[in-house]
Amino acid sequence: MEPKATEWDLEIQHKSKFFDVNFKELWRYRDLMMLLVKRDYKASFKQTILGPVWFFIQPILTTFFYIVVFNNIARLGTDGKPATTFYLSGIILWNYFSTCLTTTSNTFVSNSNIFGKVYFPRLIMPIAVVVSNLAKFGIQFSFFLLILMYFLFQPESQIEISWYILLTPLFLLIIGLLGLSFGLIISSLTTKYRDVNHLVGFGVQLLMYATPVVYPLSIVDEKYRTFLYMNPMTGIVEGFRYAFLGSGELHLDLIAYSFGFAIVLFLFSIAIFSKVEKGFMDTV
Amino acid sequence: MSKVVLSVEDVSKMYRIGLVTGKTLKQDINRWWHTARGKEDPYLKIGEKNDRAKKGESDFVWVLKNIDFKLEQGETLGIIGRNGAGKSTLLKILSRVTKPTSGNIKIKGRIASLLEVGTGFHPELSGRENIFLNGAILGMRKKEIQNKLDEIIDFSGVERYIDTPVKRYSSGMYVRLAFAVAAYLESEILIIDEVLAVGDSEFQKKCLGKMNDATSKEGRSVIFVSHNMAAIQNLCTRGLHLQFGQNIEYGNIQSVIQNYLRQENGNFIGGKIDLSNSLRSNGKIIAIKQGWSENKNGEITNSFNMGEPITLKFEYDLGESLPYVLFGFGIETELGIRVATFNNELMGPKPFSRIRRGIASCTIENPQFAAGRFYISLAIVNNGADWVDFIEQAFAIDIEPVDVFKTGNVINETFGFIYSYGKIENISLDN
Repeated sequence: MEPKATEWDLEIQHKSKFFDVNFKELWRYRDLMMLLVKRDYKASFKQTILGPVWFFIQPILTTFFYIVVFNNIARLGTDGKPATTFYLSGIILWNYFSTCLTTTSNTFVSNSNIFGKVYFPRLIMPIAVVVSNLAKFGIQFSFFLLILMYFLFQPESQIEISWYILLTPLFLLIIGLLGLSFGLIISSLTTKYRDVNHLVGFGVQLLMYATPVVYPLSIVDEKYRTFLYMNPMTGIVEGFRYAFLGSGELHLDLIAYSFGFAIVLFLFSIAIFSKVEKGFMDTV
Repeated sequence: MSKVVLSVEDVSKMYRIGLVTGKTLKQDINRWWHTARGKEDPYLKIGEKNDRAKKGESDFVWVLKNIDFKLEQGETLGIIGRNGAGKSTLLKILSRVTKPTSGNIKIKGRIASLLEVGTGFHPELSGRENIFLNGAILGMRKKEIQNKLDEIIDFSGVERYIDTPVKRYSSGMYVRLAFAVAAYLESEILIIDEVLAVGDSEFQKKCLGKMNDATSKEGRSVIFVSHNMAAIQNLCTRGLHLQFGQNIEYGNIQSVIQNYLRQENGNFIGGKIDLSNSLRSNGKIIAIKQGWSENKNGEITNSFNMGEPITLKFEYDLGESLPYVLFGFGIETELGIRVATFNNELMGPKPFSRIRRGIASCTIENPQFAAGRFYISLAIVNNGADWVDFIEQAFAIDIEPVDVFKTGNVINETFGFIYSYGKIENISLDN
């Protein structure tokens, strides 16, 4: 006895709809997502002596070098705020964005082993990456708050914390979405042709210089600013610094632009991703 | 009448073989240009039959072509075929790892596939952590795994190592743990690809038992791919034989296996079989030239009634005269299980000395083989242990069913490999 056409639970066909994302299924696999995050965390510190301390070493050393190179040698200003807090805030935000982007851009290639053997919603993998990067950011962020605390009690530091710090979750959402979306698009493009992969490594590096991470927006010439405004990360980094340090000025329009940009890019990227995920095993 | 849980309709899959290069990009653009205008993909037409041993004209091959079958609830389907016949590709399509080029698959219920054991196992994590991770990858919720954790650990038999990183496991323990997780998956359809080949025989039995339970007690359906014909025969009710991506036979497992083996083993029937090019299992020279079987009248034939005397013969040329020569004849079932061995070490006469060329002959006066096909292995041994030549399954004979006990019932293939009279009595315990 064959079930009626409506009784089948699943149909597999060659053709798929353009925007074929099964959010219900994605939700059903949320346990897997959490387990993958836990796995990432646990596995990255197995057989290390310092363990999670490594989370701090990287931003500390980077901050130190930025202070020496950009502040002391190149004499780029920091909007009158302590250089440590200025660079550290930029670095942890940028780290979050760039690790999200670079790790998700490898989704298909680095997981082809698992993907080739078992089905689960492929989006789980990149989402887990973003969440575990968010956890890592959380740790670095609390370190940043400690440093900030120290400078708050130094009267000459001129740090002004504003209520806009409440926007932090929105900033993090936007950054996560941006990193994830760019990563998804790149990973979808690289299943067959690996050319774009070569661009990612140094592309992200170059993009950092097009974002006010190592310099404040205020020292940028008016004619270059429009160019910087187009970068969706600009508003976020500036907004974050305004909220926590009181540097520069708040561009709510830029933040709104970043938010809109992130949403559109995200929808676009999962549409591409869902198109590629069904057949990528043949070409990866 | 049972329910259909999986329906595969006219499924085909084409692959492009060779390297990804600039040419591929050109083909992609051409394909995109055709489909964008609503035309048919031009490369679908030039696809070729997938025979891996032959050089093809086209870069495009059909690894599966027009596959149709239905799986009913509680049924176990065995898929057999040579390497590269398309078995794994079919399983990959069914488990949604890749999609078909054309055709349609309808599924009722959850489908769980075990194309590999321990997918997603992380070497640094402990056995317990990996149970959760692997279970979640296979589609279980954390709570489900938690509920079954004790059973899973118990089934795996690696309790002692459960908190040790799996990188310290032996490969057998690894497989045990991985299969245990899969065994407790709750799905209506289970797809298994040759994963039982690993693990010791005790564990293999346990797995086969578990799979049997899944179908007969829990009413789940299983699709099973293996090269182990004995396992397939035990487990499956229906079979699908694939060759070069095409469906050769689909139906009762017994007949599918039989026809598959007959085809694989080539045409060994009829007349004297030339063995000079046959595959050798052991030995130094090509000494056995041809082999055949004769009936009691000395006529060459491959067909014997049950109980009828059988004479097996082969012609040999040792090249030089050897001092202590043994002739061996083995009789095997289609699954390669040895049923009988005849050689002049076991049953005399003494080794033949100083022989060079001739015909070796073995007459079985009162054979007790039941009906079915049997394969004959031939061997020449010098000095007791020195293999001169050895061919396994050199040719075949067919034993025809006969009513040997005159009861009106013929003894056919289903009653085993040998027959023998047994006196059946009733010893009453009523009083």
